[in-house]
Amino acid sequence: MRSIALGYLALLLLAPVAMIFYRTFEHGLTPVWNSVTAPNAQHAFWLSLEIVAIAVPLNTAFGVGMALLLERGRFWGKGLLGVLIDLPFAISPVVVGLALVLVYGRTGWFGNWLAGHGIQVIFSVPGMVLATAVVSLPFVARETIPVLRELGTDSEQAAETLGASAWQTFWRVTLPGIRWGVVYGVVLTTARALGEFGAVSIVSGRIEGQTQTLPLYVQDRFENFDSTGAYTAAVVLALLALATLLAMNLLTRHTRRRTPV
Amino acid sequence: MAIEVRNVGKRFGDFVALEDVSIRVGDGALTALLGPSGSGKSTLLRIIAGLEVPDSGEVVIGDQDVTHDPARTRGVGFVFQHYAPFKNMTVHDNVGFGLSVRKRPKAEIGERVAELLSLVRLDGLAERYPSQLSGGQLQRMALARALAVQPQVLLLDEPFGALDAQVRGELREWLRRLHDEIHVTTVFVTHDQEEAMEVAEQIVVMNHGRIEQAGSPRDLYESPTNEFVMSFIGPVNRIGDAFLRPHDIQILPESDGSGTEALIERVVHLGFEVRVELKLHDGRDIWAQVTREEAQQLELSEGQILSVRLPAPRVFSS
Repeated sequence: MRSIALGYLALLLLAPVAMIFYRTFEHGLTPVWNSVTAPNAQHAFWLSLEIVAIAVPLNTAFGVGMALLLERGRFWGKGLLGVLIDLPFAISPVVVGLALVLVYGRTGWFGNWLAGHGIQVIFSVPGMVLATAVVSLPFVARETIPVLRELGTDSEQAAETLGASAWQTFWRVTLPGIRWGVVYGVVLTTARALGEFGAVSIVSGRIEGQTQTLPLYVQDRFENFDSTGAYTAAVVLALLALATLLAMNLLTRHTRRRTPV
Repeated sequence: MAIEVRNVGKRFGDFVALEDVSIRVGDGALTALLGPSGSGKSTLLRIIAGLEVPDSGEVVIGDQDVTHDPARTRGVGFVFQHYAPFKNMTVHDNVGFGLSVRKRPKAEIGERVAELLSLVRLDGLAERYPSQLSGGQLQRMALARALAVQPQVLLLDEPFGALDAQVRGELREWLRRLHDEIHVTTVFVTHDQEEAMEVAEQIVVMNHGRIEQAGSPRDLYESPTNEFVMSFIGPVNRIGDAFLRPHDIQILPESDGSGTEALIERVVHLGFEVRVELKLHDGRDIWAQVTREEAQQLELSEGQILSVRLPAPRVFSS
């Protein structure tokens, strides 16, 4: 059983990733260095980080709020809301991209009005942030809801009887109680946001050196027969994802030692 | 502060949790809400605390109507059944929480916490986390946390329910003494009549969302007003509509014809108390409670036929 699981993982994941690493460095470090320092590669790298830096906090706040609403709230239509949250998982990112263009594009519902106020959404960073936020929307809420349920309401009610306001209760009791769920949700959101291709590809217009994120850059290099450039950018992406996972691991280990739960 | 609950009603969907309930708890009193599970006792406690809102009726603490006040402004200390510790905080921070959210200076909090930890005998454990404490220690930490904000009333939900028998006994006695020391109006919920009798000055017996009877432990035991209270407080034999206490059944030295004839089916030694299971000549089963000495003197043994004298049974009109 274990060998089947490992073999499956190796075939699907480990071998392809190892292959990319091998191909990247097969001609030594100089071409890799040149690819990494190419202006368009640099731009794509920082643009990806910028989008993640905006979309992930937005989705974290939204996800935690949504989890609280769905787990603690009592209102009509709660079940429907719970289903809606998962919608981005079910819809193809390409469709998300197209839908955003329909709404925010030049001819879209809000696009015209926004353009009149000097805000361009489609073919620019706001649209890309939007697309990234949509496709990575469910992670924080989905990871937070079960831990919130497990935490229960007793300690929150205890805080209330001790005179804490709703705000104090959230920051001092609820959030520390659900932090592992939130952290895990943030990591998944970050990984998903970094790798997003389909939706961003459509709303960005893929303008070289302007609206090209790292995944878009990888495809661009690949299509232009610059395999070293494509593989190098792919490796950078993989390393970023790895760094995210490592950061979570270190963070949780460090805090767990301090506060046994 | 005195607590007064007037004509309170509460439903959860179709389930009637409380129906027209009124109680009065005197200033500084120690009161038990006693009843089987589902009787509404915990709901009543949570309504007093402000953790549930009643559908009808009023809650008055001191001379203030607090029916619509949130829990955080009522000045109640609440100890939850499973203690509800803040797991991410040390014992010190748990106990100091109420003062800390009131933005009191650190030095004052430190002083008060130390004082309380010594009151509940947890000195030296201030830097521990809840996961490193035993059930009894968690219980006392929860109590110290509730007392830290100097509540006007202290409410405890099944305070000893989750502890093993020995710790439970110790904590009961300790709670009694603590109450004598700090004299805060205290209400606790329990389903254990022995616990209520041992700890409380006043007992409110509840069943199906209603109050059956309220009074001192002795009142309830000696003059129950209905069969529920009679059978919930203390052991009973039921013969048709009549009730009698097992210790009121007298076992006579020999079959002299003055009593009712009975066959001993089983003798159970429970230490000081001996439980004698009898079958009367008309086939009814009852049991009698005698002391160890009596059992020895009478040389009770299974299969023996003797006579018993039954007291005048109590009959409740229903």
